[in-house]
Amino acid sequence: MTLIHQYQNNGYNIVLDVYSGAVHVVDDLCYDVIGQLKEQNENHTAETLKSPETFGMLQRTLGAKYSEEDLRDALDDVTELTENGRLFVPDTYEPLIGIVKQRKTVVKAMCLHIAHDCNLACRYCFAEEGEYHGRRALMSFEVGKKALDFLIANSGSRRNLEVDFFGGEPLMNWQVVKDLVAYGREQEKLHDKHFRFTVTTNGVLLNDEIQEFVNKEMDNVVLSLDGRKEINDRMRPFRNGRGSYDLIVPKFQKLADSRNQERYYVRGTFTRNNLDFSNDILHFADLGFKQMSIEPVVGDESDPYAIREEDLPKIFEEYDRLAQIMIEREKEGKGFNFFHFMIDLEGGPCISKRLSGCGSGTEYLSVTPWGDLYPCHQFVGQEEFLMGNVDEGITRPEIADEFRGCSVYSKEKCKACFAKFYCSGGCMANAYNFHGTIHDAYDIGCEMQRKRVECAIMMKAALAEQ
Amino acid sequence: MKHVKTLNTQTLNNTWKKGGCGECQTSCQSACKTSCTVGNQTCEQKK
Repeated sequence: MTLIHQYQNNGYNIVLDVYSGAVHVVDDLCYDVIGQLKEQNENHTAETLKSPETFGMLQRTLGAKYSEEDLRDALDDVTELTENGRLFVPDTYEPLIGIVKQRKTVVKAMCLHIAHDCNLACRYCFAEEGEYHGRRALMSFEVGKKALDFLIANSGSRRNLEVDFFGGEPLMNWQVVKDLVAYGREQEKLHDKHFRFTVTTNGVLLNDEIQEFVNKEMDNVVLSLDGRKEINDRMRPFRNGRGSYDLIVPKFQKLADSRNQERYYVRGTFTRNNLDFSNDILHFADLGFKQMSIEPVVGDESDPYAIREEDLPKIFEEYDRLAQIMIEREKEGKGFNFFHFMIDLEGGPCISKRLSGCGSGTEYLSVTPWGDLYPCHQFVGQEEFLMGNVDEGITRPEIADEFRGCSVYSKEKCKACFAKFYCSGGCMANAYNFHGTIHDAYDIGCEMQRKRVECAIMMKAALAEQ
Repeated sequence: MKHVKTLNTQTLNNTWKKGGCGECQTSCQSACKTSCTVGNQTCEQKK
């Protein structure tokens, strides 16, 4: 089976051949021709394309709109693409999925929950204000050290290891972070490893000393802010109800500048309250930020701020608008980077990575303050996903097996989805929370993901003209 | 090619043989960290 996705966006006709990953920008003629060819036979080969029946079909269906010469030209181009393995490429990956499912995995990334506590009271927090359905706690250096030891011991021959300082709010337990980084640097030399440390913070406790340390040791830092002041303060108040924007924004601006506007993200969450989120991204740009991201909130359907299916058309408009504005700004030399529009069409991840997805439960684990291991931060507190602890290691390997087997080939909805190799099946926690199994996909998330991929590719087309 | 401009030269099929080194960043899709989704990434082999 082949899978070709065609769409039009911002005046571009784009054709994506899913199994080769080839992306073509075509004129109206070729767009129409490919459309007709797909309808005639999804599994065209160079041979069938060259048959008289095929050209006859094109003449019948498009002869009123295009000349015979034009149709012949377009068909020649399509045939050449197909001969070169850039169109009508069949799925050859399904047989590989058994190998991917049984692959030996090593742990290469950990999310350390440095604090199950927080100094804000964000209304949508998946971790229930940092507590993760449980008790408040701070991770001790001893537990963190065991987590790093576990990571090193289980990382096989992987050299690059990722450690994310997360929470709750990690700055509430900053000394432990510093001590763990120091320990990590010491261990790097002994075991020929390289740690990439990152930290996510709400910025409340950010100061010059912390900034200096972050700049020295953190490969990336995620700065949580939702956008415009009124938007941010509505969902990200202090416990006393007051907004956090005024305190945090100057600190974030200072940090971002001190990192030369790279290796950080200002990252927001958009909700039903700000479906016009492109304005929040533009607000980030007005504040001088160059690296931004915004994520849809994930909540229960009963939450008033949760995204609903009926919100999707507006959300799609916003992604389209943002992409167009970003292209203009890029051309004016005032460009900025929006996370979800980043795409590497040439050097993106290999098929092996695209088939294995996010790595949660196998290559990536979360560690609670008291050393329990979970597939990722989203599963923490759900006891059925408790995988082990830093003292004993993985005590329930069957959970890892289950996650290892989760891919776009284990999910029915992914089979016909053109975005499968960009998304790799989506968030397993969302799938579980909405559908009761990780082998499924959160539909609203899928719709947004498809839209983002389309916009990201369109931007490549637009900027390739430069 | 008169009617087609192809934006990329690499194909996915070719990446099976040399791929799978695992050195790329872990991706995350959830709504609480910046999702480095697979599609947003770059291959880190040789880095």
